[in-house]
Amino acid sequence: MSVDTASVLRPASEADLSEAIREASAPIAIRGGGTRPVGRPLPGAVLETGAMSGITLYEPGALTLVARAGTPLAEVEVALAAEGQRLPFEPMDYRGLLGTMGTPTLGGMVAANASGPRRVVAGACRDSLIGVRFVDGMGTVVKNGGRVMKNVTGYDLVKLLAGSWGTLGVLSEVSFKLLPRPESAATLVWQGLDAAQAVALMSAALGTPYEVNGAAHLPDGRTLLRIEGFTRSVAYRANELAVALARFGRSVTLDREETATLWDAVRDVAPFHGREGDVWRLSVKPSDAPALAAKAGGEALFDWGGGLVWLLLPQGTDLRAKLGAFSGHATLIRASLDTRRTIPPFQPEPAPIAALTRGLRQKFDPRGILNPGLME
Amino acid sequence: MQMPAPSASVLDRRARIVARLRDVLPAEAVIDDPNETRAYECDGLTAYRCPPLAAVLPGSTAEVSAVLRICHEEGVPVVPRGAGTSLAGGALPTADSVILGVARMREVLETDYDNRIIRVQTGRTNLSVTGAVEADGFFYAPDPSSQLACAIAGNIGMNSGGAHCLKYGVTTNNLLGVTLVQMDGTVVEIGGAHMDPSGLDLLGVICGSEGQLGVVTEATLRILPKPEGARPVLIGFSANEIAGECVSDIIKAGILPVAIEFMDRPCIEATEAFAHAGYPDCEALLIVEVEGSDDEIAEQLGLIRQIAQRHDPVEFRESQSEDESKRIWLGRKSAFGAMGQINDYICLDGTIPVSELPYVLRRIGELSKEFGLDVANVFHAGDGNMHPLILFNANKPGDLETCEAMGAEILKLCVEVGGCLTGEHGVGVEKRDLMDVQFAPQDLEAQMRVKDVFDPKWLLNPAKVFPLAHSEARRAG
Repeated sequence: MSVDTASVLRPASEADLSEAIREASAPIAIRGGGTRPVGRPLPGAVLETGAMSGITLYEPGALTLVARAGTPLAEVEVALAAEGQRLPFEPMDYRGLLGTMGTPTLGGMVAANASGPRRVVAGACRDSLIGVRFVDGMGTVVKNGGRVMKNVTGYDLVKLLAGSWGTLGVLSEVSFKLLPRPESAATLVWQGLDAAQAVALMSAALGTPYEVNGAAHLPDGRTLLRIEGFTRSVAYRANELAVALARFGRSVTLDREETATLWDAVRDVAPFHGREGDVWRLSVKPSDAPALAAKAGGEALFDWGGGLVWLLLPQGTDLRAKLGAFSGHATLIRASLDTRRTIPPFQPEPAPIAALTRGLRQKFDPRGILNPGLME
Repeated sequence: MQMPAPSASVLDRRARIVARLRDVLPAEAVIDDPNETRAYECDGLTAYRCPPLAAVLPGSTAEVSAVLRICHEEGVPVVPRGAGTSLAGGALPTADSVILGVARMREVLETDYDNRIIRVQTGRTNLSVTGAVEADGFFYAPDPSSQLACAIAGNIGMNSGGAHCLKYGVTTNNLLGVTLVQMDGTVVEIGGAHMDPSGLDLLGVICGSEGQLGVVTEATLRILPKPEGARPVLIGFSANEIAGECVSDIIKAGILPVAIEFMDRPCIEATEAFAHAGYPDCEALLIVEVEGSDDEIAEQLGLIRQIAQRHDPVEFRESQSEDESKRIWLGRKSAFGAMGQINDYICLDGTIPVSELPYVLRRIGELSKEFGLDVANVFHAGDGNMHPLILFNANKPGDLETCEAMGAEILKLCVEVGGCLTGEHGVGVEKRDLMDVQFAPQDLEAQMRVKDVFDPKWLLNPAKVFPLAHSEARRAG
């Protein structure tokens, strides 16, 4: 293990990682590529996972990949593309939105449960994650799940670790179920619908058998539906959808290249890059989304058919206070350090759930040293 | 298989416990007559039986909460039960336990096609969830073989799968929210109609926790629009290895069938004799099903045909009609019944990496000779979830034990090649004592810590999942 001048711990192996945590006597801020500084600002020494890197197993015929947690996401994507495969959940790249540098890692992606537009149909990162190895707050190495896609042996700690932002353990290895990369893709675009009409269109589209796997409504008024698959099938479904949804007006169809660029922008919330203001992420029942977005004010980008709403709001806005009680949750993704100290970035939980969450953290990290307070 | 000795103190307080349960439930919802509690002495794993102290059938979340509060105060173990179809003994009682069945809670609470969700009480059967929405063109995707009988409560407890999960995932991927009653009676809402939690993914760890973290009384499930059509193709091969290679090549070609089912010769012969589905005389057989419009189906089947041709199939039978599709599925769907007619059997459920298929099938053949028991293999090949059926004679002394010993060897083999003990049935009591094969002590400790948080007194389904030696101190505490 190397300890550089700024006293950053860089374990080179799982054994190193275990030792570093066992010997820690103060809080540790865990970092993959450092591209996702979300949540309460963290005190403490930095532990970086980047030296635990590399794909350990890739079986295209079994649709499975295992890699060390510090492996750059880009390296994995290149390896998968070479075999015509990909991660199903289209992980978001936070760099543009948060103005960060660095290299997104698999571990960071899992810790954030980072999932993009395809999540609405293909599931979140946690749904494709089939195995983890991690080191808990006492330095103990734990494995759960494995490298097979159907596995109900014991409790599913894999899901528990996904989206835990390093507060239960530091990931050392992760396994995924993969999907084939489609031969073709297309996007249908409608102009000028308001949010309510757009969500109605997206709900109708997701209720057809035409396998829409992206449904978004942008701040500029465009409403987008994506379809992917074999070339002839994409053409067929694009046509069927345009006919089935003609009551929402005429649509234009974009080709594969335009589709790729456009959905990368949706995935990474490009309309809010470099813009002044705080960014909130709202997860709600799609049909509730238009009214909530209107109540919030500001600009809104609707993804997941309306189930995910990105909001650009004036700095320091307490969105939860504006919305009052609602079903779902609001997370403050981008704001100044001061704001993130005053407004809890993660949705406060009802008492019985908060008790369970606290209990789990206490069991996995009894000394409270792993990203303490990040999710509070 | 060992179960902990019942608590003498609980048995002594039996009358008082039953009286307290009668205070909070309708008279017919508390069953304590020994003739009637016999109905709850086992589940689908019939080799092990033990009548419970009592069985209760509450009709609402509030009644479940009242029952659990009483049992918590009295220190009585509670065994949650869906429809009792578990093949792993997940609902096997102990003599000092109360069976808590959700069978009276079967209502659909909400269907919402705009948001593609349905909210149900968890005593509802899997198939009747689809039944509630299919007239409107929707379905609930997880489809365990027992779907006609099994309850959503048990599906959530065991994180059930099915034949079509290669495309649609298993229960956990189709579950959005639950109402969970904790052992002390606390009712919590986890998840809902939205996707993914803000905080820790409690829903993810509750699904598949075998009723050890709480009783799920209501669930919000994802429903999906029905595909335009579906059609299977049947492909026969001259060797298991070749069928295995063909599966791998189909997946590598970028086709994602909704199902790829595999049957070996013993299974083909047995089902053919039983169901007369017209299967070819061959060593291995695949049923591959694809979905879409007629043209899309034709295109995918064309690709599958090209790939299959490279493996010299002895038969390639593309369904041309609804009737033919049914016949192709008939043998597969009656496989378990066919084996049951020949003999008693136990059905294993290990999962292996697909690439290890030929090796594992060969080793199972060798074990079959070694132990002197026949094995038939039928399984979900796309995801490596095997279902070896080991045939034995329940009336022959020692045969069950031999069968179990052989089953244990097969499951160890699954773990050895990088797989797991159970892909969709759950651990229950059946695989409990093999958990050490797959997990190191610290791996099991991490899981047990989760139970410590949800159920500190270890009263919910306490003797399942974890080897008794590992959980002893906690159960005693």
